[in-house]
This record gives sequence, structure tokens and C-alpha cells, in this order.
Amino acid sequence: MTTVVVPAKRPRPSALSATWAFVKRHILTVYSLLFFVYLLLPIAIVIAFSFNNPPGKFNYVWHGFTLKNWQHWDGVPDLRNAIFLSLKIALFASILATALGTAIALALVRYRFRGRASTNILVFLPLSTPEIVLGASLLTLFLNVTSFITFGFWTILIAHVMFCISFAVVTVKARLVGFDRHLEEAAMDLGANEVTTFTKVTLPLIAPAILAALLLCFAISIDDFVVTYFNAGNEQTFPLFVWGAARVGAPPQVNVIGSAIFVIALTIMLINVLVQMRREKRGLA
Amino acid sequence: MGFFHRHRGLTPYLLLAPGLLWLGLFFLVPLGFLAYQSLQSGTIDFGYAFTWQWSNYWDAIRDYHGHFIRSFLYAGIATLIALVVSYPVAYWIAFRGGRWKNLLLLGIVAPFFVTYLIRTLAWETILADHGLVVNTLRDVHLLGILGENGRILATSTAVVAGITYNFLPFMALPLYVSLEQIDGRLIEAAEDLYSSKLQAFLRVTFPLSLPGVVAGTLLTFIPAAGDFINAQLLGSPKNHMIGNVIQSKFLELTDYPAAAAMSFVLMAIIVIMVLVYARIVGTEQLTG
Repeated sequence: MTTVVVPAKRPRPSALSATWAFVKRHILTVYSLLFFVYLLLPIAIVIAFSFNNPPGKFNYVWHGFTLKNWQHWDGVPDLRNAIFLSLKIALFASILATALGTAIALALVRYRFRGRASTNILVFLPLSTPEIVLGASLLTLFLNVTSFITFGFWTILIAHVMFCISFAVVTVKARLVGFDRHLEEAAMDLGANEVTTFTKVTLPLIAPAILAALLLCFAISIDDFVVTYFNAGNEQTFPLFVWGAARVGAPPQVNVIGSAIFVIALTIMLINVLVQMRREKRGLA
Repeated sequence: MGFFHRHRGLTPYLLLAPGLLWLGLFFLVPLGFLAYQSLQSGTIDFGYAFTWQWSNYWDAIRDYHGHFIRSFLYAGIATLIALVVSYPVAYWIAFRGGRWKNLLLLGIVAPFFVTYLIRTLAWETILADHGLVVNTLRDVHLLGILGENGRILATSTAVVAGITYNFLPFMALPLYVSLEQIDGRLIEAAEDLYSSKLQAFLRVTFPLSLPGVVAGTLLTFIPAAGDFINAQLLGSPKNHMIGNVIQSKFLELTDYPAAAAMSFVLMAIIVIMVLVYARIVGTEQLTG
């Protein structure tokens, strides 16, 4: 016996409501595309003005195309040193913060221990404190121990590791939560000790999360202005250079470096996304 | 098998120790120093002494309440605009993005790949006098409302616009995450039960996306309230926020106690607002 399912009677869409639905669907798409134009417009300006040929100091009005800013990217005093300091700090800070953060994330996800809740809060707090308070409080600490430390490389590094740790914890934790513990148990059952299990099973599995944390910390460190500004002393990172230059008119070389950082970061992320998309496609097929 | 097995209970603490020590020494201890500094009196030339100088706090509020109010007002308006502007896009990516989702998300975070200061300087170019934005606003007769003396640069509009743009990804990403997790069948069910599209959105989709709204507003509002870069580069001294005052008192005027007291007032107000907000919205998602 077959049952005929009578569809519930719905009002038939009138021509008007059909048009409305059509418009509505496309309004959302059009709006979203406009949103992306808005989001990417300043980036386009930054890149365009890296090719600008201003007669004087002020790089605000278009004066014609030139490649000389790119050819002489370090043609401004102090710029080269600032970039190298930024790179150096970002490299050390991201490695150190990711190591410390991964350990915290492992402890938080793997173990039940006393003080777990307060650890979570301590990790969360720096993320929810305005940067200016982070910078100012570290400055008062350093001012009080000037006999042990001078402002410069080390104070910047300490500061960057501090605000990067929480980001590393959050990134690695997100990956560890969905992690199948049976794999480790299997390794232990097969006679591997904790250290072997960690290096042969755990580490390869969380490697993508560690890489993500490294990249995130590197990006945050190289972009940081506020905390660095408070704790740099006479040293100059790239953002501090931009700040100083902005007061007298930033040279086009600032746009060159900004564009270069953008292109490099975008390329790394694009590769990541495309690999992911390919993997998903293969998974579906 | 060795140390780890005999002391299993110790392992988590060994893992935590280095990182927490760092956070303790360079995040918690400095806050203590900041508190200590905020109750001192004196000058940098004659030295500071700890005198329980509570007046630093009253002075901060009395002399700079305008800056505090402006900071929270600008941050609040920027957060609201960011929410309204990015919600539809987050919705579009979550429900219509298909296999392009990750690529579109990359577009959302793209501004973060340009140094913060440089993208703010780009807005200086965009909003410049006689620029495209100023001319368009003049043509539609909005310049008189949004600008001052025929300018956008060096007005509160420019500062709020800069803050909104700079923190937009912090709003859009959590919104996307919470919208993406919604089970589409719930919305279908609502429509099967004769709710209109609008009703389904208001009573199913939107409430389910609230955790994202909460996370997004906090992630936008907190850094926005402490910001001083947008006010410095896009505004005039009339638009300066409390961050500008703290920055100049610390680094230019070396009036450390006053600056420390202001930092604490800023943090206290933010903490109170976050708690009240969490209370009202009633979401327990704050610490993840």
C-alpha cells in the first residue's frame, strides 16, 4: 500500500514575492562584495602608493608611477635596521611563545589538576586587557628594575613573548581538543614510553597547530606597536619607524615594506587555504 | 619507566611552569607595579614616594572624564557599526560561501596582513580633503553632518571610521564561527512550521548566533577603548581618547603616577562593563 504524502498547503509564491526573494538573495551577495571592496580598498591604496613618485616628503597625492621606491627600499636612514630588529624579535618571540604556549595547552587539555580553572583565567586575561595597559604596566616594572635591565632588545622580546603566549595556547588548544587519545594509548600499549609516544605520535599530530601558532605569533609580533612603543627605549622596530616617520610625512618606502609584508603573508595563507580546499575536494570525491 | 611514571601527578605542573612563570612575572607582577606606582606622589626629578596618593585617581577622573567618556563613546559606536556592517557578510559566508568559505575568510583577515599603522595612514589618504570620500559626501549633502568645516580628517567621524575598520575582523570572525555552527535543519524546521523568513531569522538564527555577537563585541570594544593610534593619526586634539593621555603622560611628560592611575581606571571600567554585559546577555562563553 502506498501512502501519498500530501504536501502541506503553502501559499504559492506570488510574482511579487518571487521577485523580492530574488532581489533579497542578490542584495546580500552584492552587499558582501561591496564590503570586501571597503575592506581591501586601504590595502590597494598602500600598494598603489608604494609606486608613487612624490616630489617632496608627502606621499598623500598621486604624482606618477615609478619603481625606484622598490629598487631603493632601504633608501631611508634607519629603515633597514628597524626591519631587521622587527624580524629578529618576531622570530625569537614566536618560537619562545609557541614552545611555552604549547606546553600550557598540553597540560590544560590532557590533565585534570588543581588550579586548572585559574590557569585558564590567567591565559585569558592578557587577551582581554587593552594593549596600552599591558605596555604601561611592563614599563613600570622595567623602570623599577633598571639596574638589572636596559630598555631595548631584551625588554621588547620579553614583552612580545608575554602577549604571544596566550594566542599560542588558544591556537594549539583548539586543535588538541579534537585529538584522538586512543592513538597515544595504542603506542603505549605497544611498549613506547611517554617520551617516544610524544615525539612519534603526539608531536606529528599537533604539528599543524604548532605551525599555525608560530605564524600567528610571528604576525602579531611584527605588527605590534603599542606595547613595543612603551618598552623599546631608543631601539626602533618597523612599526615604531612608521610612527616616527608619520609625524613628518612617511616616505613611500614605508608603503614598499608594508606591501611586501602583505604579499608574503597573503601568499603563505593562500597556499594554506588552497591546500585545504584541495584536500576537501578529494575527501568529497 | 623513569621519572614521568613515578611522578605522573607532576607532569601538568612541569608543562605549565615555564609559561605561567613568564605570564606571572611579565603580566601579573607588572600590574602590581602599576598599582603601586598609581598611589605614589612626586616627580621624576625629585623621585617618587609611595604615599597612598588616592588623589591620583580622583584627579584622573576629574580632569579627564571627557577623555574617558569619548573613549567609550567612540569604542561603543565603532563596535555597533562593526556589528551591523559585518553580520550580513558573516551570514553570507556561513550559509552561501560553499567551498569558497576559507578563501572569503582570508579576505576578511587580509587587513591584518598590512601593518596597523600603515593601514591607518592609508585612511588618512582616503579621507583627505578634496579626496573621493569628502567630495561624495559633499554631493549628497552629508558633509555638513558628518564633517566639520568641510573636512572629514581631524573629526570624530574619521576617528570612529578608523577604529571601525581596524577592528572589523575581530567582529566578523566570531560572528562567522557561531553562524557556521548553526544546524541548517533548525531553520528549515522553523520554516516548515510556517514561520516567515524574518521570523525564522529573529527567533532561530539570531539567538543561536549570540555567542558570536558577544565574543565579537568584546573583542572589538576592549582594544578600541584603549586605542590611541586612530585618534592621533586621523583626529585632532579635540578627539583625543584616554589612550592618548596615558601615552603622553607616560612617555612625554613622565607623570607616571597619574598615568598609572588612569590605566587602572580604564581597566576597571572595562572589567565592570564586560561583567555587566555578560550578565545581561547571560552567555557563559567568556573564557572559552
